[in-house]
Amino acid sequence: MSSTQVASSVKPTALTFQELLFRLQAFWAERGCVLQQPYDVEVGAGTMAPETFLRVLGPKPYKVGYAQPSRRPADGRYGENPNRLFRHTQFQLILKPPPVNVQELYLQSLEAIGIDLSKHDLKFEEDNWEWPAGGAWGVGWQVMLDGLEITQFTYFQQCGGMDLDPICAELTYGMERIAAFLQDVDSIYDIVWARDPETGELVTYGDVRLAEELQFSVYNFEVANIDNLWEHFNRYEAEAKDLLEKADALLASETATAAEKRRFPLLAVYELALKCSNLFNVLDARGAISVTERVGVIGRIRALAVGVAKAIAQQQAVS
Amino acid sequence: MPDFLLEIGLEEVPARMIAGAEAELGRRVHELLTRERLLGPEAKLTTFSTPRRLAVLVEGVLAAQADTEEQMMGPSWKVAFKDGVSTAAAEAFAKKAGAPVSALEKVTTPKGEYVGVTVKRQGISATQLLATELPKEVLAIYWAKNMYWRAGKPERFVRPVRWVVAMLDAAVVPLEIAGIAAGQASRGHRVLHGDAPVVLASAREYAETLRGAKVIVDVAERRHVIRKALDKATRTVPGARWREDEPLVETVVHLTEWPTVILGDFEPEYLTLPEEVLVTVMRDHQKYFAVEDAHSKLAPHFLAVLNTETDAEGEAIIRHGNQKVLRARFKDARFFWDVDQKSPLAARVESLKHVTFQKQLGSYHWKTEENLRVAGALAAVVKAVGSTIDFDEAALLKAVELAKTDLTTELVKEFTELQGIIGGLYARAQGLGERVALAIYEQYTPASMEDNVPVSVEGQLLGLADRIQTIVAMFGIGNAPTGSKDPFALRRAANGIVKILAESDLPLTLGGVLGASGTEGANKEQVAAFLRERLHFYLKDVRGFAYDVVNAVLAAGADDVRDAMARAEALTTARKSADFEAISAAFKRIKNILRQAEEKGFAAGAPQSVKLAPEAQQLADAAAALAPRVAVLREKRAYGEALAQIATLRPAVDAFFDKVMVLDPDETVRGAHLGLIDGVLRGFSGIADFSEIVTS
Repeated sequence: MSSTQVASSVKPTALTFQELLFRLQAFWAERGCVLQQPYDVEVGAGTMAPETFLRVLGPKPYKVGYAQPSRRPADGRYGENPNRLFRHTQFQLILKPPPVNVQELYLQSLEAIGIDLSKHDLKFEEDNWEWPAGGAWGVGWQVMLDGLEITQFTYFQQCGGMDLDPICAELTYGMERIAAFLQDVDSIYDIVWARDPETGELVTYGDVRLAEELQFSVYNFEVANIDNLWEHFNRYEAEAKDLLEKADALLASETATAAEKRRFPLLAVYELALKCSNLFNVLDARGAISVTERVGVIGRIRALAVGVAKAIAQQQAVS
Repeated sequence: MPDFLLEIGLEEVPARMIAGAEAELGRRVHELLTRERLLGPEAKLTTFSTPRRLAVLVEGVLAAQADTEEQMMGPSWKVAFKDGVSTAAAEAFAKKAGAPVSALEKVTTPKGEYVGVTVKRQGISATQLLATELPKEVLAIYWAKNMYWRAGKPERFVRPVRWVVAMLDAAVVPLEIAGIAAGQASRGHRVLHGDAPVVLASAREYAETLRGAKVIVDVAERRHVIRKALDKATRTVPGARWREDEPLVETVVHLTEWPTVILGDFEPEYLTLPEEVLVTVMRDHQKYFAVEDAHSKLAPHFLAVLNTETDAEGEAIIRHGNQKVLRARFKDARFFWDVDQKSPLAARVESLKHVTFQKQLGSYHWKTEENLRVAGALAAVVKAVGSTIDFDEAALLKAVELAKTDLTTELVKEFTELQGIIGGLYARAQGLGERVALAIYEQYTPASMEDNVPVSVEGQLLGLADRIQTIVAMFGIGNAPTGSKDPFALRRAANGIVKILAESDLPLTLGGVLGASGTEGANKEQVAAFLRERLHFYLKDVRGFAYDVVNAVLAAGADDVRDAMARAEALTTARKSADFEAISAAFKRIKNILRQAEEKGFAAGAPQSVKLAPEAQQLADAAAALAPRVAVLREKRAYGEALAQIATLRPAVDAFFDKVMVLDPDETVRGAHLGLIDGVLRGFSGIADFSEIVTS
């Protein structure tokens, strides 16, 4: 069988999960990107981390990459499904403004992680992205490698309901998928996360994360206290709204000084909005949000996210 | 004569938009060259496209516009020359025309003598015109969705423009599009050719030069290559053929620059999954072609169209990768199927209480109860008509009861586009009987105006009940569609109702369907108007009847959909005759007169109350004689014949309007006349309101 030959020929040379991340980070660091650490508040996607959501606002150029664990409570499968995770890892890259050879750079980054493009089929297929609650959208592609979506490539057009200028390119590499593909394993949990260079001992993705997938599936689907979640949601929202009102008044004030405006903690307000977003996702996984309620709650999160983005754009413009 | 080439190099354009943009580019270039008198007598225009480029080659362009001579007219001769001496007016005109005063000549026109001058205009070169005019045309191309990419947002286009080639023969046309200066360097296939520029020696060599860089720029050629490659790859499986799928062929044509095809396999055990699921995964999710055996049954293979060409090792890797992706998706689907079987549809009815249909209204359990009530009422109407329609009421009600239960299945959560279909397949697998299974399977058809209506009567009735219940309930809580806002897709639901009634044999009318929903009062009136508006849309936009025919027909009744169609057909034929057109005009006149009379407070009386003028009496007699004949024909739905009969009224009507003053000063006579024409209007407007017909 040709397939087993390929499998055996690919596997030994394939990079471990952590080596993949090293290589990607090194590749982009060599091209001038800031390497950030993952954001330490729960997010549903790398886009929601402030290094993307807030940095894309305003005129200032920025290049950053970070590996962001992204939580999707409803996608949890108790660690039983070989292809699905509650929490997956996105290597997120923001290039603002995008260089003219951004696609070529992206292809080089694939070569850098061991993908010989002459032996693969690569297509850029239309796939536009939006995060309605963040008033954010862009046009772009899903990048398909031998039929597998390995990256979402987006030209951000709006964020926080505001037109972006300059726009930026956002590359989101699905790390588990890429690793499973390159290592040719049938289950994410069989991905080799690390290989001890001395003993050759392997640590798998399952060793590192399986318990987390199981327990968070139990929590998100079965035991999370719905009343408490709502209460948390309401409290975070109330604080965020209160601060946003103060921010709006301050930023509009003609007597307040620039220093006063700059020190207002809008970054903290954004965290409160992220907390609400994650609580919404847990409530949703818990089956506590009906189809119609959903629209209303998303509207509340949107009001916070868009509100804070607008305020931050104003704050950035304070001279 | 030189050849002109324009190539716009882009990042990958969405496949669905390419064909339209390629055609538009060709049209715009053609119009520009025509407008600017640059198109040679035998010019030939060819367009090309790939995901990364749009191009147009015009063979036989003029190098420059032809020079022209034009006579410019100035002030009158008398003003320009006094005693043979030029005045300031003459000098100003000469200056304006760019000619010496000595070149001015006397031109005699019917209005008198004027100063004229012949101005020679030198034609502008193609290079110069294209450089200034073409960028505007390119940037005006329509895209369904476009984007900004440069700072300052100077332009929007579908994707960033990365290079531009513009050449007249071997020379570059110095134009600039979106900040990119045109040159003679194109780019080849990303992987097979790499980043090295592909320099064109001349415009004419475009296609061949690009072929050398592993890009087939001609769309028809790529389509041909793909079809041949699909055939060839399929031949490796004896007796097999690939399942024809034209939209998918078009998609992959526009996803590739250098297409090749591989055949992949999957484990035959997955063939136990329903074909609908397998094909959805292959076609919609993976853009693979399905392969079938000699009996049109799915075979355990698929065809993937690649955008590359590689060696045996590369092919093995690509095949392996695609197989792996497909296997994972099939595995998921089978897992979901197996999990779903643990809880049969019947056991899922209760759990619909936890699936919200609409917060203010209730759950899908509530929706199911409502649908049961409406379906029962519809069944009663059908039975009451005593029609020969064959349907099984018990099967219908069972299907309604279970119709929404597939929303709780894992497979539908994964493949939401297969809701209904999955329920039908499960019903069949769970031995609920073919009628029940088919009705559930078909409940969402027609999904669009191009789709067929359900074949089973149970499916038709389930579809009607479900849709009318949704519409009535949504209207009831103020969610009627407004303008472009229709978040609950109620227009589509109503279109489905109209289409099912139009294209089935059900003895049901819009009023009958609405009545079965049980709604009353203002809500009923609102929904009735909404359904009527959808019927109007169906007749006009789906069936293609002229708008005035539709207005005329619906004014005479908008309840029975198939009857309205029959009347519209008859009227479309009838209106072509001169007599009928005259009748339509006369009816419009009658309507106007009656309106005027009403405004003036003139009352209509009985035509028999006075001795009528002969022409009026003749019309009364003709109408009285015709009315019963038309009534019989109408009853028999012989609308064509009925309309032909009505057209025979023409001489009497013409004579009446010719000789009789309708609004006679004598109140009794006037009343009789009004009564007469009112009777004619009422008596013959039952098939259509002819006054709506637009006459020339």
